[in-house]
Amino acid sequence: MPKSSSLPLALAAVLLLGLVGCSSSQEESQNTITVFAAASLKDSFTEIGERFKTDNPDASVEFNFAGSSDLVTQLVQGAGADVFAPADTNNMVKAEQADLVDGEPVNFASNVLTIVTAPGNPKQIASFADLTKPDVSVVVCAAQVPCGSATEKIEAATGTQLNPVSEESSVTDVLNKVTSGQADAGVVYVTDARAAGDDVAAVEIAESGAAVNTYPIAVLKDAPQKDLAKKFVETVTGEYGQKVLSEAGFGKP
Amino acid sequence: MTLPRWIYLPAAVGALFVVVPLVAVVAKVDWPQFWTLIGSESSRTALVLSLKTATASTLLCVVFGVPLALVLARNDGRAVRLMRSLLLLPLVLPPVVGGIALLYAFGRLGLIGQYLDAAGIRIAFTTTAVVLAQTFVSLPFLVIAMEGAARTAGSDYDVVAATLGARPTTVWWRVSLPLLAPGLASGAVLAFARSLGEFGATLTFAGSREGVTRTLPLEIYLQRETDADAAVALSVLLVAVAAVVVFGLGARRLRSGSMT
Amino acid sequence: MTDLHLRAVVERRGVDVEFDVAAGEVLALLGPNGAGKTTALHVIAGLLRPDRGVVRLGERVLTDTDAGVFVATHARRVGLLLQEALLFPHLSVAANVAFAPRSGHGKRPRREARAAAARWLAQVDAADLADRKPRELSGGQAQRVALARALAAEPLVLLLDEPLTGLDVNAATAMRKVLRDTLTRDGRSAVLITHDLVDVLTLADRVAILEAGRVVECGTTAAVLAAPRSHFGARFAGVNLVSGTAGPDGTLTTEWGASWHGTAAADVVAGRPAVAVFRPSAVAVYRDKPHGSPRNTVELVVAELDTSGAAIRVRSDRQPDGAPGLAADITAESVAELGLAPGERVYFSVKAQEISVHPAVTARGEAPT
Repeated sequence: MPKSSSLPLALAAVLLLGLVGCSSSQEESQNTITVFAAASLKDSFTEIGERFKTDNPDASVEFNFAGSSDLVTQLVQGAGADVFAPADTNNMVKAEQADLVDGEPVNFASNVLTIVTAPGNPKQIASFADLTKPDVSVVVCAAQVPCGSATEKIEAATGTQLNPVSEESSVTDVLNKVTSGQADAGVVYVTDARAAGDDVAAVEIAESGAAVNTYPIAVLKDAPQKDLAKKFVETVTGEYGQKVLSEAGFGKP
Repeated sequence: MTLPRWIYLPAAVGALFVVVPLVAVVAKVDWPQFWTLIGSESSRTALVLSLKTATASTLLCVVFGVPLALVLARNDGRAVRLMRSLLLLPLVLPPVVGGIALLYAFGRLGLIGQYLDAAGIRIAFTTTAVVLAQTFVSLPFLVIAMEGAARTAGSDYDVVAATLGARPTTVWWRVSLPLLAPGLASGAVLAFARSLGEFGATLTFAGSREGVTRTLPLEIYLQRETDADAAVALSVLLVAVAAVVVFGLGARRLRSGSMT
Repeated sequence: MTDLHLRAVVERRGVDVEFDVAAGEVLALLGPNGAGKTTALHVIAGLLRPDRGVVRLGERVLTDTDAGVFVATHARRVGLLLQEALLFPHLSVAANVAFAPRSGHGKRPRREARAAAARWLAQVDAADLADRKPRELSGGQAQRVALARALAAEPLVLLLDEPLTGLDVNAATAMRKVLRDTLTRDGRSAVLITHDLVDVLTLADRVAILEAGRVVECGTTAAVLAAPRSHFGARFAGVNLVSGTAGPDGTLTTEWGASWHGTAAADVVAGRPAVAVFRPSAVAVYRDKPHGSPRNTVELVVAELDTSGAAIRVRSDRQPDGAPGLAADITAESVAELGLAPGERVYFSVKAQEISVHPAVTARGEAPT
């Protein structure tokens, strides 16, 4: 008697797993491509995606925006995607070393750092060196993330050593600390500053050219929709895509 | 009591669900490199900071949580019921949201924080902020554990002690508190474990700076950007420390849960 | 030696009581469950604030609602012993008994407190239990230790709420002896709530009976048990009681018109409320209406049969005014011969000289003068 009552339970478990499996495979059968892209590309790529759908009426795009290293980890662990666009070349190299990339990656944009402060720049910060003033609390990215290593390069280029109150793991967190008034200044990408609009005042870094972040894009080897994936890359590198990126504040690749 | 045999199946599934990921993490560790990976200065600093802040926040939880638990246990009424529901808030809030709430309260522009800032007391980006974040998420654990124990114990013994001539404060120290010791022990262990693993609220409210606010979970989060092996090794370290605390101090109490 | 005065009205429990305990006296509080006995004790101990009332212990006023006085429990010097011993589980027996000398009334340094505890334990015959933990004790042992603990606080009055109810016969007997010795030796005033006739007989000087929150009878133990004037008192003492109005020459007429003839006590006043009391063993039971002279015959329906010593107690349905049914003690053979069973109609008959008529009681519980 007890043995037979465990059978319905086992059946239910199998059914449940089957349902979960079913739903995900259904989406892939349509003309959908999956794009893994860095978080800083969210607004731009979403706009480019709309253009892609107009140009390719039967197709659609699914985005996964996250930290670049998270994306690489997911890809290495077997997540399926068609296109990969991290925020720096290091993470693309990791993907290449894991033999995930089809062909050669293409550089499609660049990003430089800038300083953001509270609107109106109350602490009168005019240069990178001003960030070391004693009454200024500054937040930067930790060295292990791309924007952090870029910040270090600028520190080396200007010969200043910053003393930040916090080293965040994502650029968004740095921006939030400034917009919420917790810190006086932060070092973020130009694109982040522009997206924040009137919530911050941006101060240009004269030496920003010392740390240019290059964004590569590539089609993945196991892409289910390789042709559509290539078309997406072309849209990004094409005239429309470049215009969108430039308006967002990205530089030329 | 003999359980029906089919109950062991879902129980086993539940156990495996928790154990298998832990085993997977342990299996992935680069064991030859383990001591080097966890021995780096940043790792040791993070571990020490974690232990110090978790201890401090557990103490805060005890000092404020025990009286709160007793007040809730000995009183009934709408105000008490409301308080109890509010106490559940840190449990259901995503910790990051908890961190934002703390910012709105104690940050530079916060409800209370703006006055503190004017007085020259800065909380954000300090170790104090870490302790506050941990206390915020752990306090409900302690209060709920203790309130249950206090209700079970009841107030009969307190009444008897009063008839013997003991003043309320004496009753508290010699009767009420000793009888709650087991509940207190299990509540404190839970609070400590929760504080040790606290991440989202700390990151949002306190920031991340080596030696000041970068606790072990934050260190792991950072390491995984560049050195996944180090992140895994540190995760195993964190699990080991938690296991020592739980099994060494708490498991006996957690299992028996009795008053005597 | 201190006397105790209680007057309390607690509206939400329907209690309105007043009684006194003289210095050195033991008062037994009897009554059905929910009559308000425990409420009265709680008011004395300061665990309950009456809506109106006064508690006076010797010269000290502990509660006075008119004057706004309310002394906290821990300052009252009132000892409390409950049905459960409630020994502190985390302390040893000796530490329990030493609790008051160490932390409560009469605080002393540790060594003196320990010595005092040992003395009290010896007085309750529990000296050998000193090092045990409460969970290792039997019910009877725990209660004795609880008594020692309460006495160690040197209370001015001792309140006992059914302390023997949870004990088996042997433990109860032992505990009763200890209580008797202690109460007699120290001359301490005490209020004892109990359901046990033996407790009343061995421990109490006076008895107060509570029914529905009011004191319905109050007097010395001997008087109340020999001639109870309340229904509970009668049931407790095991006698029959019929209420009505006194007539001339020892007659009593009930409110439903039945008439009883007996011997009147000296203080009976015709026309005033009175009670007729007679023992169950004085009742004869008939199947058919008896012929001949006996007055005091009443037709009743059998409600239950019970044993009473060697005899069978036949109890009838409730009387028309709601009072407990009448009881007759007859032999088992008679029960069989008469074919008695619940629901059967029978006749109870009592000789006039077996019935005594007394004045009924006033609200305060004393017989009217």
